[in-house]
Amino acid sequence: MGIWTKALATAAVATALMAQAAAAQDVKIALVVKALGIGFFEAAAKGAEEAAAELGDVEIIYTGPTDTTAEGQIEVINSLIAQGVNAIAVSANDRDALVPTLQKAMERGITVISWDSGVAPEGRMMHLNPSSNALIGNTIIKLAADHLPEGGDVAILSASATATNQNIWIEEATKVLPNYPGINLVATVYGDDLADKSYREAQGLMATYPNLKAIIAPTTVGILAASQAVTDAGKIGEINVTGLGLPSEMAGAVASGATKSFAIWNPIDLGYAATMISYNLVKGNAAAEPGAEIGMGRMGTATLDQGNEAAMSDPFTYDASNIDQFKSIF
Amino acid sequence: MTAPVTKPAPRIVADRLHSPLRRALRSWEAILLVVAIAVFIGNTLLSPYFLNAWNLSDATFNFTEKAMIAFAMAMLIVAGEIDLSVASIIALASTAMGLAMTAGAGVPVIVLVGIGTGLICGAVNGVLVAGLGLPSIVVTIGTMSLFRGIAFIVLGDQAFTGYPPEFAYFGQGYVWWVISFELVLFAAFAVIFWAVLHRSTFGRAVYAIGNNATAAAFSGIRVQRVRFILFLLTGVMSGVAAVCLTSRLGSTRPSIATGWELEVVTMVVLGGVNILGGSGTIPGVVLAAVIMGMVTFGFGLLNVPGIVMSIFLGALLIGVIALPRLLRRG
Repeated sequence: MGIWTKALATAAVATALMAQAAAAQDVKIALVVKALGIGFFEAAAKGAEEAAAELGDVEIIYTGPTDTTAEGQIEVINSLIAQGVNAIAVSANDRDALVPTLQKAMERGITVISWDSGVAPEGRMMHLNPSSNALIGNTIIKLAADHLPEGGDVAILSASATATNQNIWIEEATKVLPNYPGINLVATVYGDDLADKSYREAQGLMATYPNLKAIIAPTTVGILAASQAVTDAGKIGEINVTGLGLPSEMAGAVASGATKSFAIWNPIDLGYAATMISYNLVKGNAAAEPGAEIGMGRMGTATLDQGNEAAMSDPFTYDASNIDQFKSIF
Repeated sequence: MTAPVTKPAPRIVADRLHSPLRRALRSWEAILLVVAIAVFIGNTLLSPYFLNAWNLSDATFNFTEKAMIAFAMAMLIVAGEIDLSVASIIALASTAMGLAMTAGAGVPVIVLVGIGTGLICGAVNGVLVAGLGLPSIVVTIGTMSLFRGIAFIVLGDQAFTGYPPEFAYFGQGYVWWVISFELVLFAAFAVIFWAVLHRSTFGRAVYAIGNNATAAAFSGIRVQRVRFILFLLTGVMSGVAAVCLTSRLGSTRPSIATGWELEVVTMVVLGGVNILGGSGTIPGVVLAAVIMGMVTFGFGLLNVPGIVMSIFLGALLIGVIALPRLLRRG
């Protein structure tokens, strides 16, 4: 027992020394996303690189699993722990399943924050929300209501039934529904963030609810698939597809009129802010505790609430007037 | 002058074409061993973080749970059957454990519920295949949707969290130094399944059925009974994997272990088990599991996107199936 405790202590010290040696050179910040190959996260990685260029002594590792699974993210995080990165900033596929692995990361001296899609409080030091959930919930309903002065049936096409953020937004949207008289939420369906499944779910909605006036998709995959489904069904002008989308992907739908307007925060800003916060926590410029103010560079400061969560900024509405300006950015 | 009488040369009929050593060297397992060593050396050369006891220990979690199912699956495939519902059994078993935990059950009961659920699911598959004589691929595609469907009905977008702290041992505990409980379990099951498949009459029956079920039946082997037992065994091993995975994640969601059925089948086929039945070994599966785990981990350390890993595995798998046929032609 004794000899092994010693060996373990030596190994721990050696690891700590190695980690320190790495810190003396570059701060290694890992941006872990839900899955690679999603436009939103590629844009966030751009923002992280922008922050790294501004800070100078930062190396960004942009990584994530192939599918949006918790098990895949755990494998990725394990390999990041092994590399002795200084910080892990994760957008989680599952708020609970990542906790044991992220706790292990924190035990080994790694700064862990979550952004976009959160991790349960015991598995991270702080969480950066792109916006406040209440505001997003309100925004997605308002986007539909703005173009329905006389009211009508609307339906929600979400990501997977287990997606943390989508579920919170839908909950908030349901809360503010009474503020929009005449807007009638008839169904919530799940496209699992798969283009083909989302397309079929949108077709199903149109078939089931002939009086449907708007499809609200609070996911970039869903809104694109739904606008395609509406276009293919020849129902442009009849059904307005709205929700959260990427300007580059939605430019066509806005031009054709399938989508009148949609909202999103800027993922570039989000990746930028997550990197800035990670850096400041690693460098000890700020501590992750309730009430703390952590610098986010050009994005201002993040103020942590009682649950160590902070909101970055308000969501932004895109329509025919500004889409051309943003579609080349992300 | 008489022609010298020549004694006819003795005719030797070899009962083995090649020596056991030569056969072992040319076996599939030998190729896998070489690949495993190559992967190990390659990882060591490419990443300074690979050769570290704790990192390697973390890496074993990439394959231990899947491999436990793969052992049972290997026997099933040798017998000419397949079970595609294993990942869904994990989901259902994990959900049942969550229900037991919510009802206030202690750790032993939670574990028994998990393994018991696996047993029942295996029995359902077994009755449908062995009892009714339905093709296993169709039956288990059906139960794949059925079992996970039940888990989704119970949980929806919710999760079971708050398993007792002692429950964490199965997926996060260490028996000695860096040797995790899961790794010990993996090794123990490898020995048990090796003994059953290669050193018991039951194992001989499995091979006989896989090569020619009719001939096996005429030789007095109770074919349907063996098939039923194999499905039970696969169900139980999925239950055991569910206990380990649930413990490791510390939570249950209905999307747990999504896509694992194909990874398990990949592991088995890569291990040299003939997908059409009749041949294959447990040591081959063990090596395939280690190779898959180490390649995943090595790619992770180099921050290679997961999709490259998928391409690599896909190519490897096609190579595995094509190689024997190409060699026979040459």
